[in-house]
Amino acid sequence: MGVKLSFVVGPAAVRSGVWRPEVRSAVLILLVLAAGWLKDPRLLSPSSLNTVLLAVPLLLVVALGQMLVIVSRGIDVSVGSMVGLAGICLGLMFRSFPNLPMSLAAGAALGMGVVFGLINGLLVARLAVPPVVATLGTMSIFRGLTFIISRGQQIDSNDIPNALTAWSLQGPFKIGQLSVPWLLIIALAFFALVFVLAHRTVWGLRLFAIGSNSEAARLRAVPVFATVIGAYAICGALAGFAGLMYASKFGFVNPATAGLGLELMSIAAVVVGGCDIRGGAGTVIGAFLGCVFLSTVFVGLSVLHIEADWQQLVYGAVIIAALWLDALAAKWPRFRSASR
Amino acid sequence: MPNRCIVSKVWVVLSLLGMLFFAACEKRETVQNNSSGSRLSVVYIPKNTGNPYFNEIVAGFEEVCKQQGCEFSTIAPSTAEATSQIPILKEQIQRGVNIIAISPNSPDALNAVLDDARKAGIVVITVDADLAGNEAHRDASVLPTDFSKVGESQIELLGSQIGYQGEIAILSATRDAPNQNAWIAGMKDALAQPKYSKMKLVEIAYGDDEPQKSATEAEGLLTKHPNLRGIVSPTSVGLAAAAQALQIANKYPSVALTGLSTPNQMRKFVQDGVVKAFQLWSPREMGRLACSLAISIKQGKVKPGEGVEFELPEIGKRSFGKNNVVITGPLVTFDQNTINEYHF
Repeated sequence: MGVKLSFVVGPAAVRSGVWRPEVRSAVLILLVLAAGWLKDPRLLSPSSLNTVLLAVPLLLVVALGQMLVIVSRGIDVSVGSMVGLAGICLGLMFRSFPNLPMSLAAGAALGMGVVFGLINGLLVARLAVPPVVATLGTMSIFRGLTFIISRGQQIDSNDIPNALTAWSLQGPFKIGQLSVPWLLIIALAFFALVFVLAHRTVWGLRLFAIGSNSEAARLRAVPVFATVIGAYAICGALAGFAGLMYASKFGFVNPATAGLGLELMSIAAVVVGGCDIRGGAGTVIGAFLGCVFLSTVFVGLSVLHIEADWQQLVYGAVIIAALWLDALAAKWPRFRSASR
Repeated sequence: MPNRCIVSKVWVVLSLLGMLFFAACEKRETVQNNSSGSRLSVVYIPKNTGNPYFNEIVAGFEEVCKQQGCEFSTIAPSTAEATSQIPILKEQIQRGVNIIAISPNSPDALNAVLDDARKAGIVVITVDADLAGNEAHRDASVLPTDFSKVGESQIELLGSQIGYQGEIAILSATRDAPNQNAWIAGMKDALAQPKYSKMKLVEIAYGDDEPQKSATEAEGLLTKHPNLRGIVSPTSVGLAAAAQALQIANKYPSVALTGLSTPNQMRKFVQDGVVKAFQLWSPREMGRLACSLAISIKQGKVKPGEGVEFELPEIGKRSFGKNNVVITGPLVTFDQNTINEYHF
């Protein structure tokens, strides 16, 4: 199977695809950090880095799923709404069963997410609705359900169990003054899982093959339907779990704002991380670096004295500049990725 | 496969319809649907959906409408953007409501559409926030409490916790939120008094009433100002996010935190000792007052005018201040001893 697929993906692409774009992303992160540090050394202070450590996990978990979908030549703009819907459902569960074990809550979060993701996957893979349209629709549907189920009422901190907020407040160990929260450990576990799925399994190879050329993949007997629907289901599961992480991090879940904006942040993170928005190329490590980059910029904007009125503009400009630099670097023959 | 083709087309149409339906993303709640011709219909437009604070105001409206036999509905935009209420207002004018009560998201973006409403004979009343500088575009305004006193009251509450000295910061909502800016102005005025002269305002941060942004800004304040003694966040989303940030950074009680929020949202943080005390007025009482006043104005029983006194059933005597503003009452302070008496 692997031999057959290598015609579609190309052995060189598999090898270089795992590492090359990340080098560029890593350089980019260091550049931005250096620029920020020159402006204000407090950007790299423990307290500010702790903020980054807590900002990365939520975005990372969502972006990992987004990355799989984008590799399949799709896109999922409903992830933010899935985070909100799962968050509200979990909050209501905690309200009714305050002693709900965390393992059960985690299972429910993943399960709900899989169902949401399967809906997206069916729309895209079975009914051939273009991914943007399908997930734009479900984005509104999921957000609408969030309002309906919660009756517009926020889940207050009263209802979030301490065992859950402990994921953000506590961690297994400290590195100097940096405290590593459980939230980050959980996110890194998902990272490892998705890395293996994407780069070390036949399913992953198929996904890349479909993203590069779905017709060619189909002709070579790649099960397109099952593979693509799997990507959306995993993306949903991760977004559902992110709903649980959201409740842990913020201590409350508001139907209007929970997860809002994560769809665009996750897409931006994946693309900044060197993933081709047209599908077929990208790496999990790249997505990780993209998340670190965006979180650093996000935190940096409030730590560096950038006036509130300017923050959004600067944030957008940094993302575009990053992609532009990335495109420039890609043209330079030594760094050209063999997968293009 | 003609069948498959038709099925998928139906699905595309259905999902598009679903999209359109939810794209509006507005919450509708009609309490009494059977509109008979003679009954007054009242609509209240909060800033955005999902904010429990506005649900309390809605509850006040519902109570009065039930007592007085009016038809009541409420509809809110999904985001608190400056222009997000305009389409809703237009829709309500077309629907032919008699009274529009609104918590405006912008002091000036709504002028034209509010004028249209009043030309159509609709009584327009602002609740919770006013149209600063554009008061002529509404009939009256019901505000929670004296805005200039909120700032001073919050500074006093924070000051009493930090010995009236040290660096303090403000975590606000959006840059153009009229009530936030009025309170911040009040805080600055208070800080100019000799009693608070040793409290130094080092930064005003804006969390846009989004949890992520508010938390990041709160954490940013702690990083930027290592000598920070206190934070005031006069917005419920900001206060909850800042409390969580303080708890994560383990910076309490060395950094005192106070602000405006509802008891239900802050109960856990007060019990954990992260927040000693915070304040608010009664939003339900404000809703009751606004609804009752608007009905009386529509019925011609009360004529708005500066200094005019009036009496409302089950609420009591009030009077119009400058620009036809009616004040609901003073702030209530919630702390470990009193918080369990309140449930909103």
